[in-house]
Amino acid sequence: MSGLIADLTHHLPALQVVVPLVAAPLCLLAGRAWLAWIIAFAASASATVTATILAYLTFHNGAISYHMGGWAPPWGIEYVVDTANAFILMLVSAISTVVLAYSPASVAREIRPGSQHLFYCMFILCLTGLLGITVTGDAFNVFVFLEISSLSSYALIAMGGQRKALTAAFQYLIMGTIGATFFLIGVGLLYMMTGTLNMADMQARIPSLQDSRPVLAAFAFITVGLALKAALFPLHLWLPNAYAFAPSAVSAFMAATATKVSLYVLLRFTFTIFGAKFAFLNLPLHWVLLVPAVIAMFAGSFSAIFQRDIKRMLAYSSIAQIGYITLGISLASSAGIAAALIHIFNHGLMKAALFCAIGCIFYRIGTTRIEQMAGLGRQMPWTTTAIVVAGLSLLGVPLTAGFISKWYLVQAALQADLWWLVVLVVLSSMLALVYIWRLVEAMYFKEPPPGRGAVAEAPLSMLVPTLLLAGANIYFGIDTRVPVAMSESAATLLLRGQM
Amino acid sequence: MTGATLIILALALPLFAALSIWIVGKYPNLREAVTLTTAMALLMVVLAILPLILAGLPVRLDLIAPVPGLKIAFAVEPLGMIFACVASFLWIVNSVFSIGYMRGNNEPRQTRFYVCFAIAIAATMGLAFAENLFTLFICYEALTLSTYPLVTHHKNDEARQAGRTYLGILLGSSIVLLLPAIIATWVLTGSVTFTPGGIMAGNVAPLIGGILLLLFLYGIGKAALMPMHRWLPAAMVAPTPVSALLHAVAVVKAGVFTVLKVSVYIFGLDYLRELAMADAALYLAGFTILTASIIALRQDNLKRRLAYSTVSQLSYVILAALILSPLSTMGAALHIAVHAFGKITLFMAAGAIYTAAHKTKVSELAGIGRRMPWTMGAFAIGALSMIGLPPAAGFISKWYMLLGAMEVEQWFAVAVILGSTLLNAAYFLPILYTAFLKPEAADGHGHEHGEAPLPIVLALVTTAAGTILLFLIPGPALELAARLVGQ
Repeated sequence: MSGLIADLTHHLPALQVVVPLVAAPLCLLAGRAWLAWIIAFAASASATVTATILAYLTFHNGAISYHMGGWAPPWGIEYVVDTANAFILMLVSAISTVVLAYSPASVAREIRPGSQHLFYCMFILCLTGLLGITVTGDAFNVFVFLEISSLSSYALIAMGGQRKALTAAFQYLIMGTIGATFFLIGVGLLYMMTGTLNMADMQARIPSLQDSRPVLAAFAFITVGLALKAALFPLHLWLPNAYAFAPSAVSAFMAATATKVSLYVLLRFTFTIFGAKFAFLNLPLHWVLLVPAVIAMFAGSFSAIFQRDIKRMLAYSSIAQIGYITLGISLASSAGIAAALIHIFNHGLMKAALFCAIGCIFYRIGTTRIEQMAGLGRQMPWTTTAIVVAGLSLLGVPLTAGFISKWYLVQAALQADLWWLVVLVVLSSMLALVYIWRLVEAMYFKEPPPGRGAVAEAPLSMLVPTLLLAGANIYFGIDTRVPVAMSESAATLLLRGQM
Repeated sequence: MTGATLIILALALPLFAALSIWIVGKYPNLREAVTLTTAMALLMVVLAILPLILAGLPVRLDLIAPVPGLKIAFAVEPLGMIFACVASFLWIVNSVFSIGYMRGNNEPRQTRFYVCFAIAIAATMGLAFAENLFTLFICYEALTLSTYPLVTHHKNDEARQAGRTYLGILLGSSIVLLLPAIIATWVLTGSVTFTPGGIMAGNVAPLIGGILLLLFLYGIGKAALMPMHRWLPAAMVAPTPVSALLHAVAVVKAGVFTVLKVSVYIFGLDYLRELAMADAALYLAGFTILTASIIALRQDNLKRRLAYSTVSQLSYVILAALILSPLSTMGAALHIAVHAFGKITLFMAAGAIYTAAHKTKVSELAGIGRRMPWTMGAFAIGALSMIGLPPAAGFISKWYMLLGAMEVEQWFAVAVILGSTLLNAAYFLPILYTAFLKPEAADGHGHEHGEAPLPIVLALVTTAAGTILLFLIPGPALELAARLVGQ
């Protein structure tokens, strides 16, 4: 028995990806929505457990290297789990599980009956892709999983109820493919120069090739490609439509995880493979990331203020929030990277809670227009409370997770002697106050629009996960031990021996 | 009971009240009983802390630290003690008044009103006892949020507009100015704990210190230093008990309390003396005192006149804090208590007039002194306190401010205090003249009315008596104020 457990533990990095990967075709074969849901949920829950154990192990015992099929690296594919990606694995799989718990009612309402099992199949495939990107230690393997997650998310977005979902998916497909292609070109160039696809190997060989033009080009292609997938301003154009027209559960899942995983890969390539010296001293990555990040903080929030559709509003808000994360990365300091990782985690909680709550509202009133939100404060008190809590977190009010993010971000900016950044962070937070306020005012201070009958609270199966996510925003605003310890350990790890 | 238990009780009692009021909301008598009982229990708890503080014993409670070095903790010191005593006593009085007012005017949503009120008191207690800026900030924001539903009680367009101003200025200033000031303090000094003597000296260059001072003064929007004062007149749309809460018990007092606390325990008076900016800020406060008084002169709406009077009186505290002599700091601390008693009397009198006579304008008050002698008598005492004349307590705080200003030869402050005293007289005495000496206008309507309902009269007579008592027996308050400046 103990041998079995030891075996299982040894194979955890592989199981992290294999379990959901196997679950995907099973969902397809199941053919029925409820059966597919059970399979997907079980796979996602097991992924969460796996990720948690991995996080525990790496945090206490250091990085784990797993050789796929027993082939030693650099010939075989290596999976490497350290605190940096274990943290992301935990976030992605936990959000996926909560969103799946939330989804049956929502999917039954939004997806055609015949293709609901396909929805779960695509969902779990998308999860597989995201987990794979995160766990692998092989540059080409990243591309493979990137495509798995991208292709499945195109399909998921296209399942949105409106016809516009199809154009949104197509737009994302074009942009996403360009991003993935750029990434692939970059990896190809690196392979050409270093003769390896293993990340650790690349890391060892790049310092001697620093000034070669193909390596410089590879760096540029990879950074731009990942920035596109991460929706960093001005490469964010695919995002608002994709989030706005996707089914509710997909918006919640993607907003909390998809862009975050791309940001993680950006971190990994910049700091582990190329190295901070190369990126920030030889090349001006500091400014290349900082300027778009600051513009994103303002442009995203400004656009959010003028949206009539709540899901679009939240999508633009995500663009601004990605700006904060990128800002942390651009500082290239331990504090900055920790702040970025903390915000990746906290923003995942906020946006998942918000999109789930909006999904609850859509379930009842069939629209996400802001003027239709009027008077919901009294009709759906729990859902609107969740929105307010997550909204406060988005603003960065103390005792919410958002405050912790902003606190560490501001600390990082101050450490880098960038006072003016603090001012900008604070000012852009005020913009968030404006758009969250619009929503609060509509929900609590306007009379319900004429012609709308009684609206009941969302079903419990949707409400409980939503409140759980909202509650997590408060919990992680008070008890910050896990995310802070993981992020700081990850930041130290990413910067080890550099700068 | 230990100090920590008492602090927990002081925070938990009002929250418990909020929950209970919500549960028994369908039974108005029971609901009001809950409010009154917990209010009295709270006063007992606060008074139980008083001997510990007078004996110089530490009373503190550490909860948790979300971020290393940044903890939620409470520690009672003399200034917080004064504020907590005033707030918990006035909660009882204001509750009695609210019951009369809300029932007398058939106000809707009364349960929500009492729930929010209790939460606001809990936030005030937390603020008074906060051990550091972080805890204070959380309670400060909680106070803003919990009073917001009170300001917009009527839920009409006017209330919503006022609510937007209220929330916009208070939340906005606190997030844009106060929070960065707190963060900067933490970065520069490595601490946000309120420490006797301050934490800035030796850590912060005078130039940066000056900027921080401005950030704090304007960031604490509740202290209503011009131009941050606009929320205050706007919030006048709320029912009168709310105005009384905002202007006397909780919100504005939380503002000047924070200003005083930051100047004594974060900057430290010695450090402030090195700052050129402290002088400049003194002029800003003086400007606010005079300007607000002049605006008050021109208001015909009684509540608006009182609102501008509040703006002016608050800057007295800021001014006194910035005179930077121990005596004037004592004056500032006393003025928090004194103004609370005087202004709540005035607002409750305004509410009484509205409830009994449905009048809101000064010009309509001719002869009302004869119809409502108790109300207008109390109003007169409140007005005397605002002007600073004996036998009202306003005299004492102004006395200390003037003593302090003369001691350090701060003649500008002396001139402002004397000048504004004249202005105060100029906008309060005409009200008394109209009410008592002008004959009632024969408008043909002949509204026959007598005094306001008994709870209202009872409440305002109590606070008026308190104003005089505070003049006659200032001992305990003076003792606490003296401890604040370490004497």
